[in-house]
Amino acid sequence: MLSIKDLHATVDGKEILKGLSLEIGSGEVHAIMGPNGSGKSTLGHVLAGRDGYEATGGSVTFKGQDLLSLAAEERAREGVFLAFQYPVEVPGVSNMEFMKASVDAVRAHRGEEPIDSMSFMKTARAKTKLVDLDEQFLKRGVNEGFSGGEKKRNELLQMMMLEPSLCILDETDSGLDIDALKVVADGVNGLRDAERSFIMVTHYQRLLDFIKPDFVHVLSDGKIIKSGDHSLALELEDKGYGWLLPEAPAA
Amino acid sequence: MSDFVQAALALAPEDPAACLRELGKNGRKIWQGQTMPNRKTENWKYTSLRVLEEGDYLRRSEGGAVTDVQAIERLIASDSLTATPIVFINGQYSEALSAQSMPAGVSCVQFSHADSAQQTVIGAALGRIADAARHPFVALNDSTCEDGLLIDVAPDTRLKNSLQICNIVLPQAQSYTVQQRVLLNIGSGADASVIERYVSNTSKQNCFINSVTEVALADNARLSHYYLDMAGEDALHIGGVYVDLGRDATYNGFQLGHGGNLQRLDLQVNHNVSGSHCELNGIYLPNKAQLVDFHTCVEHRAPHCTTNEVYRGIVGDAAKAVFNGRIHIHPDAQKTVADLSNKNLLTSYNAEVDTKPELEIYADDVKCSHGATVAQLDEKSLYYLRSRGIDHDAAVMMLSYGFISEVLDSITDAGLRGLLQPLLSQAISEEFHLQVATS
Repeated sequence: MLSIKDLHATVDGKEILKGLSLEIGSGEVHAIMGPNGSGKSTLGHVLAGRDGYEATGGSVTFKGQDLLSLAAEERAREGVFLAFQYPVEVPGVSNMEFMKASVDAVRAHRGEEPIDSMSFMKTARAKTKLVDLDEQFLKRGVNEGFSGGEKKRNELLQMMMLEPSLCILDETDSGLDIDALKVVADGVNGLRDAERSFIMVTHYQRLLDFIKPDFVHVLSDGKIIKSGDHSLALELEDKGYGWLLPEAPAA
Repeated sequence: MSDFVQAALALAPEDPAACLRELGKNGRKIWQGQTMPNRKTENWKYTSLRVLEEGDYLRRSEGGAVTDVQAIERLIASDSLTATPIVFINGQYSEALSAQSMPAGVSCVQFSHADSAQQTVIGAALGRIADAARHPFVALNDSTCEDGLLIDVAPDTRLKNSLQICNIVLPQAQSYTVQQRVLLNIGSGADASVIERYVSNTSKQNCFINSVTEVALADNARLSHYYLDMAGEDALHIGGVYVDLGRDATYNGFQLGHGGNLQRLDLQVNHNVSGSHCELNGIYLPNKAQLVDFHTCVEHRAPHCTTNEVYRGIVGDAAKAVFNGRIHIHPDAQKTVADLSNKNLLTSYNAEVDTKPELEIYADDVKCSHGATVAQLDEKSLYYLRSRGIDHDAAVMMLSYGFISEVLDSITDAGLRGLLQPLLSQAISEEFHLQVATS
């Protein structure tokens, strides 16, 4: 589904990704871990198409297409979804209006009619329940005055509404209490299927207790320095990152 | 400079109605005793009057001959707007286009048609709230006022529909001046909604509008007052709204400055007795080389009064917006709660905003806040919306509309909201030079 080859990327002229390669097949869940500043969030934004996050080398192919040549909104319509680490507050635009515009944009891209308001509302209400948010949140301004956990659950809600084929979760678990984490994990697990892949960027192995990844990668200084299965995460939990880093002093 | 001051007096009527004589005499005394406001006049620092002084506007309107009645009717009402119309064409009352009767409890009288009892009421009310000594263009209006309108809402009347004073301006062979004077008296316990709208059929206007509205709310009265300046890009408009609030009265004010070569609105609200409340909301959207200048001033003279003021501006191209929000809390105005917020969105590097919140507090037990911001559209918010599949232009529309929606929500007349929404969408897409279809 997604093939990243030797990706180099800069942010404000500074090189952050330095030759990252990653293959993600349909239905797979990949966890990306790594120390602060290793380029985890940058990867998410480069894939989602944020301005100023410039790919300077390598390639990204998504479902056979050159992903890097598409605008942010086109990538979203093709099925790429980034759950933001820090979701943006958009005062004055209701959550409902925002999600309907977004769902309709994706539908239009597929040549479908806009969804009628009644069915949209029905689906939105049902999904709101799944992420344990009150229906009131649909009427409120997008993320406006939401708590940290509510913002993360709202990201999940949007993901459920858009049903993307590639979900990138950028530290969606950070700052969540255990109950909220379970809600997020249940949501993600509910979305897992053979046609949908996940990249989970996380600091904490705790998330991986609830969402079991097929692969775990360690990102350091803009490159993947180690890949493995779930047991790698446990090893990291146990030993930290030090033993993997090249500049680590000998014990 | 003083050429304009002298020349303007030629507009004064030769034989004014009895109620206007005293006003005119005093007004002329003040008007003649001053020079035109200029850059050194604090209240006019950012707003140049050159376009007015150098233009050839000092000529009376020829009145309101209408050729295309249907087009004019479309300006007055829309599918959504159901307000009772009171129509002026180029400053002249149009009986044909106005409602044939007023709702129960409402009386609407032209100064020139008032009987002697009404003349006394009007004479006593004129100039009582609008202070010519403080506002030069009130002095001009006083000096040259020929006619005007008194709307009186009887105590405890509850109006179902808004009243709409629709001032239509149409181009004339030679440029001209429209003087409008309105008195609104809202009786005790009454609840009314009044729209004052300046509108035109084309942006190619050649008039100067000088308008003054004096509003008196009796005890416990409520008024929603929508003041919409949409007279077109080429029209010049200097307007003033002056409000006195009785005990426990509520004034909900909304102002729209669509943008023009010169658009200046002064709004003054006086909390004279305890318990009154005012909400002041406004939007301005100048683009091209337009100017909108909103000066608001709230005088808290009594305890337990509240003011909530929210203004939003979107300014594009080489346009300029001026906002001055003064809240003056006198020593006796204890327990005042006053908040003022002014936020501006610039859509171009050449746009300019001069904003000045001005809190002056002489009481020690009050709660006040003020804030002003000037910014561009947030790149991160745009990216967030785009990352959900919404295209760039639609995202810009959504964010900008969201920026002013808090203010729009204050409009309780749903018909008026319906009328404004497409106009505002259109204005926003022009600000950003978007190609999106607006609906």
